[in-house]
Amino acid sequence: MTARSDFAQNALGRMVPTMVNSKPQVPYLGVGQYRPHGRKAGPPVRSSNAYPEDGDKRAPDLQTALRNCGLEDGMVISSHHHLRDGDRVALLALDAAARLGAKDLTWFPSASFPSQKGAIELMAKGVIHHIEGSLNGPLGDYCTQGKMRGLGVLRSHGGRWQAIQDGEVHIDIAIIAAPTADAFGNADGSHGKSACGSLGFALADSVYADRVIVVTDTLVPFPCIPWQIQGNNVDSVVVVDSIGDPSKIVSGTTEITRSPDRLRIAELVARFLREAGIMRNGFSFQAGAGGIALAFVDYLRRMMKEDEVKARFVRGGSTRHLVEMLQEGLTDYILDGQTFDLEGVKSIASDPRHVATSPFTSYNYHGKGNFASMVDAVVLGATEVDVRFNANVVTHSDGRLLHGIGGWQNCLAAGCTILALPSFRDRIPVIVDEVTTLTGPGELIDVVVTERGIAINPGRQDLLDAVKGSSLPIRPIQDIKKEVERICGGEPSRPKRSQRPVAVVKWVDGTVLDTVWEVR
Amino acid sequence: MAEAGRWGKDIRSDLHVAIEPRDRGGLEIALESRVGPYYGDSILRQARAVLESLQVKHARVAIHDEGALPFVISARLEAAAKRAGLANGSKVLPEKIPLPEPSPRDRLRRSRLYLPGSEPKYLVNAGLHAPDAIILDLEDSVHPGEKDTARILVRNALRAVDFAGCERTVRINPLPLALEDLGEVIPEAPDLVLLPKAEKPEQVAEVDRAIGELKARHAVDRPVWILPILESALGIENAFAIAAASPNVVGLTIGLEDYTADLGVMKTAEGRESLYARTRLVNAAKAAGLQASDSVFADVADLEGLARWAEQSSALGFEGMGCIHPSQIRVVHRAFQPSPAEIDKALKIVAAFEEAERRGLGVVSLGAKMIDPPVVERARKLVARAKQTAKA
Repeated sequence: MTARSDFAQNALGRMVPTMVNSKPQVPYLGVGQYRPHGRKAGPPVRSSNAYPEDGDKRAPDLQTALRNCGLEDGMVISSHHHLRDGDRVALLALDAAARLGAKDLTWFPSASFPSQKGAIELMAKGVIHHIEGSLNGPLGDYCTQGKMRGLGVLRSHGGRWQAIQDGEVHIDIAIIAAPTADAFGNADGSHGKSACGSLGFALADSVYADRVIVVTDTLVPFPCIPWQIQGNNVDSVVVVDSIGDPSKIVSGTTEITRSPDRLRIAELVARFLREAGIMRNGFSFQAGAGGIALAFVDYLRRMMKEDEVKARFVRGGSTRHLVEMLQEGLTDYILDGQTFDLEGVKSIASDPRHVATSPFTSYNYHGKGNFASMVDAVVLGATEVDVRFNANVVTHSDGRLLHGIGGWQNCLAAGCTILALPSFRDRIPVIVDEVTTLTGPGELIDVVVTERGIAINPGRQDLLDAVKGSSLPIRPIQDIKKEVERICGGEPSRPKRSQRPVAVVKWVDGTVLDTVWEVR
Repeated sequence: MAEAGRWGKDIRSDLHVAIEPRDRGGLEIALESRVGPYYGDSILRQARAVLESLQVKHARVAIHDEGALPFVISARLEAAAKRAGLANGSKVLPEKIPLPEPSPRDRLRRSRLYLPGSEPKYLVNAGLHAPDAIILDLEDSVHPGEKDTARILVRNALRAVDFAGCERTVRINPLPLALEDLGEVIPEAPDLVLLPKAEKPEQVAEVDRAIGELKARHAVDRPVWILPILESALGIENAFAIAAASPNVVGLTIGLEDYTADLGVMKTAEGRESLYARTRLVNAAKAAGLQASDSVFADVADLEGLARWAEQSSALGFEGMGCIHPSQIRVVHRAFQPSPAEIDKALKIVAAFEEAERRGLGVVSLGAKMIDPPVVERARKLVARAKQTAKA
């Protein structure tokens, strides 16, 4: 049990625990203020020649593989989330660990999904001590209600790599679900009946974990090409009937929103990029797969054609819409972090300009740079943003865990960070005095686009100047807030916060940005 | 027990009220709300205040809220109370926002966006899509059993919703229901009333009289224009008389679903079957010095088809048309405004005319071409219209 009484106030005034799951923490110091040095955790490649010459590392089942890997109580077991809500492997592995009698494990997924709610039972039985990774749906509720034994630790995709590299989290056994693999452990995500595109989220696990188990439902003879995961890092290969439900791994199609209000937001974002001069030859951008983001891509694409502008690269989450841009010659490359639909999977498997990336290249804040900071513009969502442009993406306004951080925090490093949001949802205003859970510092958030107008961070005079005289509805953020509160009948009441922390939000450098408190 | 409004997993921005009157025991209000932690107390306070001012003293009230805004909450409470036979004809009006400028008779009317008067969720953002007018519809989009609740909701929307400078219009039901509609909405000073199924000038005169009386009674001292919708063969035959029935009529428009049904023909995308009616309507409107406005284009997904229709309609002399989805507005605006080339040419003609006048010449010429007075007149109208659209 973690000592839950010691808190420190961080650079943005948030009270955060000084110890998390028995490990000392550094409270957030400000953007770029925490300076790491030295090599923290080296990839533990054990010198060994005890591997079969024929390369066949297959174990008959997960239980045997885990036993061979020396599973013990208290270990850290990792998994990746490229199979999203369709994943079967993480729970299969944790169940196998339970059958071996393991206790007090830390599950360290790159994200969890509602279909993995079976982990609740394993926590109740004591098999899993706590989860470090995004928590939402039933797992999020379990954590927010204070039922988890340890504190949840929410990290961005880049922050997860940073935590592994800096030795904050040491993975004992990595479980890597692989849509295709060979018996040596080379693995690929872009082919096979459960294809998901990239396997980038598992890369750090494959390199830094003590032991690595690859689990596949499509075994091919050596070599499995491309080997996104190198078999040389893999201890054991397990073949199962199915690693996941393909219909939940990728959506058949990704649909653009049809809501007129959301379309308006998307168009305003695209117009902003055009009028601010950010949309120009050789530029780059990133947008996710949400309804507004997809519509934004569609508007921007039309404007790029009208102005004969071509991007150097587009950062995915890839979808059919980005693939079409690549095929139309509107971008030289797609640098892909995860693949959301079938067209995206097909493209990454066949088009050399559609490149699978990992959080190491794209997001890790403690590598020698990462390309998130080279992206010109990024379009993101949020649940709340406050009048100082701080934003919340992890909890509802009532403090319940809602989303993981994903790449959201890492993307804030882009040249122009845009939050595209409806100004209220179900009567609940999105612009508030102070965000419930701080996930992104306002100094990195440049523009908030709502259906009622566009607010530019006063810190970005260059952007304010760039769109001066345009027909865009540029307004102070306070102004939009006031209008929305008039519509909604005043400010909402703030649910009372408990004094008991249930999770922490890490910043990209490993410092503690905020605390998630228990909600009964 | 009486009910009003809707609730459920797929309902947004509405709320359902069930009222069970009783003889004593005061007000007992139970609330379930999608936004409970944020506005639960506020909803309960508002419900109590609304019911008290409606003189509802003893009742069990169950509210299921799906994130309704305050003007919707009071509309639903009032409707339920009235259905329960309470409230004694009193109303509860939401806070009133300042009225926009009165609508000029000849204002630009390229697009009018239909909003079902029984559906709260589209109301509050409608103005953002910048149609020239919004229509709060009490007629065909409202189920006959919901006319009472829609009337109250539309009345509250006219008071409380900022339609961002759009002309605020209401489509009432045909007579005699029209009179009940007017009684509820005229005190809130809509800019214009659409009168559907208009067939005879007497109908327009009756509606005009009713509006006049209500305006006087409620001290509404700004125009409430009338736009009759002709939807039958008889209506088309009487187009000019309808146009001339009142000085408050600002234009004529047509409803093609009903018109083609009246003729017993299919409504097609080309619209050949209604060409006569539409051109006849344009002619009647112009003869009376009014605007002519086209029907709606029903296929929301087909923006190219809409553009073709609207361009043709503009060429026939219509100045605007109805929209049933915000995505249609921009296409319609583009079709009903003069192209840069047209504006350019018209400006040259007007300049040549002014030049000829200054020099006392009887004949206007542009380059080698003589220009007749009607050409100058058309050019002037086009320039005036271009100025109007540039402001919009």
